Amino acid sequence: MSKADIRVNLCGVELKNPVITASGTFGYGQEYTDFMDVSALGGICSKGVTYVPKYGNEGRRLAETPAGLINSIGLQNPGVQHFIDHELPAMLKLGPAVLANLGGASIEDYEAGAALLDATEVPLIELNISCPNVKAGGIAYGVKCESAREVVRRVRAATRKPLIVKLSPQAEDLAAMARTCQEAGADGVSLVNTFTALAIDIERRKPVFNNLYAGLSGPAIKPIALRMVHQVCRAVQIPVVGLGGITSAADAIEFIMAGATAIQVGTANFLRPGIAAEIAAGIQTWCDDHGVKDLNKIRGCV
Amino acid sequence: MAKHVTQAPVLVMDRVTGTVWRLRAGWDGPVRAGQFFMLRGWQGKDPLLARPVSVHDWGAGWVDFLFEVRGEGTRLLSALRPGDTLELTGALGNGFDADLPAGTKVALVGGGIGVAPLLGAARALRAAGCAVTLFVGFRDEPYVLESFEALGCGVQLATDSGRFGHKGFVTDLLNPTEFDRVLVCGPEVMMEKVARACLAAKVPVFVSRESHMACGIGACLGCTCHTKNGPKSTCKDGPVFPGEVLYE
Repeated sequence: MSKADIRVNLCGVELKNPVITASGTFGYGQEYTDFMDVSALGGICSKGVTYVPKYGNEGRRLAETPAGLINSIGLQNPGVQHFIDHELPAMLKLGPAVLANLGGASIEDYEAGAALLDATEVPLIELNISCPNVKAGGIAYGVKCESAREVVRRVRAATRKPLIVKLSPQAEDLAAMARTCQEAGADGVSLVNTFTALAIDIERRKPVFNNLYAGLSGPAIKPIALRMVHQVCRAVQIPVVGLGGITSAADAIEFIMAGATAIQVGTANFLRPGIAAEIAAGIQTWCDDHGVKDLNKIRGCV
Repeated sequence: MAKHVTQAPVLVMDRVTGTVWRLRAGWDGPVRAGQFFMLRGWQGKDPLLARPVSVHDWGAGWVDFLFEVRGEGTRLLSALRPGDTLELTGALGNGFDADLPAGTKVALVGGGIGVAPLLGAARALRAAGCAVTLFVGFRDEPYVLESFEALGCGVQLATDSGRFGHKGFVTDLLNPTEFDRVLVCGPEVMMEKVARACLAAKVPVFVSRESHMACGIGACLGCTCHTKNGPKSTCKDGPVFPGEVLYE
């Protein structure tokens, strides 16, 4: 019996399988090469990079919850230019399609970062308008449709690269937000980024994080993320990349059945390096075992 | 590939004091004093993350971890018994530099469970012919001192309670100028105090940091610290840093 075809076409870029490692959970790819065969992945997404380098947030940055993780990293990154000069060349050599995740503190930052990335070999840009951990920018553009429309339109004008807009579950109306991004020129959307959350240290009677609120990810959010992906897939005609708590091939297949073209593995990378490649192999096995000759045949079946 | 992730057998599990345990796991890979592993001793997704635990000691075919039960993850680790399996990712981090000339006088300074990685350092330094003194502080009952004494290390003890050794801080006992090098692991306030005293005395000092971390391999950026060379990951660039990089 021949192997199932699990290749996917994401905004004109062919991925050998639908598994992409999510921004902020896979560094710049190099961090994982000692632990796994990174080339087994469909895609790898960079840590969010911004035009201006950022240290990130002070104080504690992580707190675990039942089957979840709250983070307050705050977009620590060396800046887009440093990324292009130092991290991107090695990342492109790893094999999987590379997504450069671009954040910004202002529309001008986003535009300038996109213009720099446009001149590189990176095949895909993921526009992050959904980071809950920075005071300026990030999620400020991801809640109201009109703010998102403006930043997507301006970034669209700054680059010819396929543009995937990463959406926040905090959007006032997620389906409308996705449609707005499509209208403003996005080639795809990815969702969900983290859910805004709070942890309190009862001994200190203070929030755990200096920033007060932070972003919840992990298996705890998966059913909600899946519902949101399902809704968005029915609201737009562009490809949807589904993520939120995926830790197994079965989880990934659920997102594909909900309509996702590709999926991202995020927090699960912290459970065990190599888990994303296991998920890719597991999708192949499931399709082979179930007589699914082409992964595209089950997409959106729910 | 995946050579650093292992399903390791639990060989020995000892309760050292009320909340401190020593876990010996089967391991035959390379390891250095001051490195750490991510330990996962349970099935399923809760707790979600493995726990970073420093290497206490090692030998042919085994590695020891000394850990204090602080939450659910360490409680589950303490419930492992010989014959059980745990997932080890490592060895991670840079570790201590123990490649020093014979006769070098080294002070090891530990606070509480921070004593854990110092035993491996003591063994490596003693093997290199260094003179090693442990300065260690506990809240009350001390532990693992005999392991250091067996290696021929001097031991200077302080406790908060005063029931054992000097009543007060371990930092009261240390005179950095008597040493060529100081290695320290313990609570952040203690480490900063020791490091600043050493820097003022121009004695090289190396600090082993502890931090919350998710991945242990430099990807999540949850354990970033400020250094004079810019932001660094405790897990990958450390956990051992020269004192002047952190505190100058």
